[in-house]
Amino acid sequence: MATVSQVPGTPGARRLTIALAGQPNVGKSTVFNMLTGLNQHVGNWPGKTVEMRSGTLEHHGLVLDVIDLPGTYSLTAASPEEVITREYILQERPDVVMVVINASSVERNLYLVTELMALSCPLAIGLNMMDVAAQEGYTIHPEVLSEAIGVPVVPMTAARGLGVHEFLDAAIEVAQRQEPQQVNRPEIRADHRDVLERVLAVIAGFVPEPYPADWVALKLLEGDQQITGLVTDWLPTPAWEELQDVLRAHEDAIVAVASGRYAWISQVARAAMTRPRAGHVTITQRIDAYATHPFWGLVVLAVVMAAIFGLTYAIGGPMQGWVDSAVMGPLARWTGAALAQAPEWVRGLAVDGIIGGVGTMLTFLPILVVFFAGMGFLEDVGYMARAAYVMDGFMHSIGLHGKSFMPLFLGFGCNVPAIMGARILESRRDRILTIMLAPLVPCTARLAVLTVLAQAFFPDRAVLVTVGMTALPLVVLALSGIVIRKVFLKNIQSAFIMEMPLYHLPNGRTIGMTVWQRTVAFLKKAGTVILAVSVVVWALVTFPGGDVDSSYMAAVGHLLEPVGDLMGLSWRSIVAILSSFVAKENAVATLSVLYGVGEQGSGLRSLMGTEFTPASGLAFLAVEMLFIPCVATLAVIRQETGSWKWVLVNVLFLGLLALVGGIIVYHLARLWL
Amino acid sequence: MSDLTTSLDFVPEGHEASIVSLLGGHGLSGRLAALGFTPGVTIRVLRNPPRGPIIVNVLDTCIALGRGQARHVLVRPRGR
Repeated sequence: MATVSQVPGTPGARRLTIALAGQPNVGKSTVFNMLTGLNQHVGNWPGKTVEMRSGTLEHHGLVLDVIDLPGTYSLTAASPEEVITREYILQERPDVVMVVINASSVERNLYLVTELMALSCPLAIGLNMMDVAAQEGYTIHPEVLSEAIGVPVVPMTAARGLGVHEFLDAAIEVAQRQEPQQVNRPEIRADHRDVLERVLAVIAGFVPEPYPADWVALKLLEGDQQITGLVTDWLPTPAWEELQDVLRAHEDAIVAVASGRYAWISQVARAAMTRPRAGHVTITQRIDAYATHPFWGLVVLAVVMAAIFGLTYAIGGPMQGWVDSAVMGPLARWTGAALAQAPEWVRGLAVDGIIGGVGTMLTFLPILVVFFAGMGFLEDVGYMARAAYVMDGFMHSIGLHGKSFMPLFLGFGCNVPAIMGARILESRRDRILTIMLAPLVPCTARLAVLTVLAQAFFPDRAVLVTVGMTALPLVVLALSGIVIRKVFLKNIQSAFIMEMPLYHLPNGRTIGMTVWQRTVAFLKKAGTVILAVSVVVWALVTFPGGDVDSSYMAAVGHLLEPVGDLMGLSWRSIVAILSSFVAKENAVATLSVLYGVGEQGSGLRSLMGTEFTPASGLAFLAVEMLFIPCVATLAVIRQETGSWKWVLVNVLFLGLLALVGGIIVYHLARLWL
Repeated sequence: MSDLTTSLDFVPEGHEASIVSLLGGHGLSGRLAALGFTPGVTIRVLRNPPRGPIIVNVLDTCIALGRGQARHVLVRPRGR
């Protein structure tokens, strides 16, 4: 319960723990961001790949620790998010739970409130998105709702900062009450009241702290697997067998439990709200007439995607050029000059190893920020669910889930957040498959290499080559998905159940926070894994002799020469491809170093006809597009799948694809070119 | 429309139906029930394309539902 502790620098300040709960699409993140600002910590719940966000703020002399619980529709044990939420509330006993509900779907949102009430935790309700509800034609009286439930209900429009502080004040008031909150709880449907009593009678006396016995009884009736498992351990065998008999006769009880809750909800809501009159056409309906249409929906999606790419390269492209010429170039020159007295290997390590490896990656930052902002905007206004909906049919045909579309699309920016984005998929099978295929989406770095080399190698056909080589990994992605679905997954399809939220105006702060978190995820990888591997690769191309031709890397290249021969690639090209393992854009730099030509178009262009034939040039591009992902992507695959096995599978899978793809492209091109 | 019971995926676009029961295991029924798919509730079919998921309005929210899941919702159609 409420704990009093000393906070450094704030003598005697009282500390309260506040948990923020809510269903998806209620603007909970906006509320969390408003409360904690940048003073928040993002990590994972222990042992889970579910994001955990927490933050601290001071308010009226109190220190408040705010925990953002995962967004969940209910609190059954169906998903890790739901288990995390209820276990946190039961085990950690926060001083108050702030539930955010959406004013335009009050009834559905109150379902989570009924589940929280069953956990007997102190509650305060924030009735968010009052503006959207008004725009859609709903009138709601918070005070009536509050009276009926027995919990404070505060109206809010968090996106415009309205009502959030009042919500916090109401929650603090609840947290500081001495006597327990008197809530008006729902009952189970009448035809199941007896069986609930019987279950309670059987388990009475066996349920340990902190589990409330009546909540455990409800969960047993719901067929909750986690609770059933716990009860097996708590109960002596005769009682367990008796319980089994009762439960077996009521296997459909979950619907009765839910019906009871909804009957209570409809009673509570009836007095407190009026609906839009029949025939009222809302903004969401008007947009969705096109956005979810079987044909126009795809057109809208294509336009939206084109706009995102157009904006990304129109704004991010020039900025990238600026970072490269105005920041990274001078930095490399300055470092080189500053280390003029140092041994040559130190200078090489700093300039070529560290600035060359990590620095080049940083030049992609502007492009990524613009792209993430575009994606964040689409997510925030509510469009992404429509994209997943219209793409579901196609995604299914390639063995994926409609929701896979979002993470895969993120991959065009950077594969790292794409793989983390696969968390939105509920089934582990869909998640793993999406993660395994995501590296086939050409990221900005690979597209940059492609653009430079296509321009240099095929100046007359640059656009055709660029488009073709961008399409290649995507076609391979689709074909791989189909094969994996047919051969390994036996056409099993997982459930597609997704809310289509109402459209609403974007909130700059929420989008900014999403962009910030994805960018930080990318930078952290650049700063750690890529830094380390850049240094190792620099060492491999520098030692033992000091020049590339006699380096360890050259030895590896020579070793792989027979493989290269299959697609017309010299050992130098192989080394260039291997070096792109650190970061994809390294391919260009390595090529220019190995062949002693500049990174400019003319230098690279001279390679065509001497070192490359058109066929081997195409093969090189194909391999570059299909080859194993960069080291940062592999690190995040390890993190998200929790095993090295999937990293290895991914390396073998993509390595094989690149080899086969390179050979096929080389031989086909030789026939025609 | 007759008052025969059918599964949700057979209800045409723009029509309403009231839920009779949910088929399928605890997992699916539990998820659907939590979203408001409980017996007696009226739902409106907003999209029902020849293939791919359908969209329904239940308790003021739009939910996209795969055809496989829609098949587990038994309803009594009400007409337009």
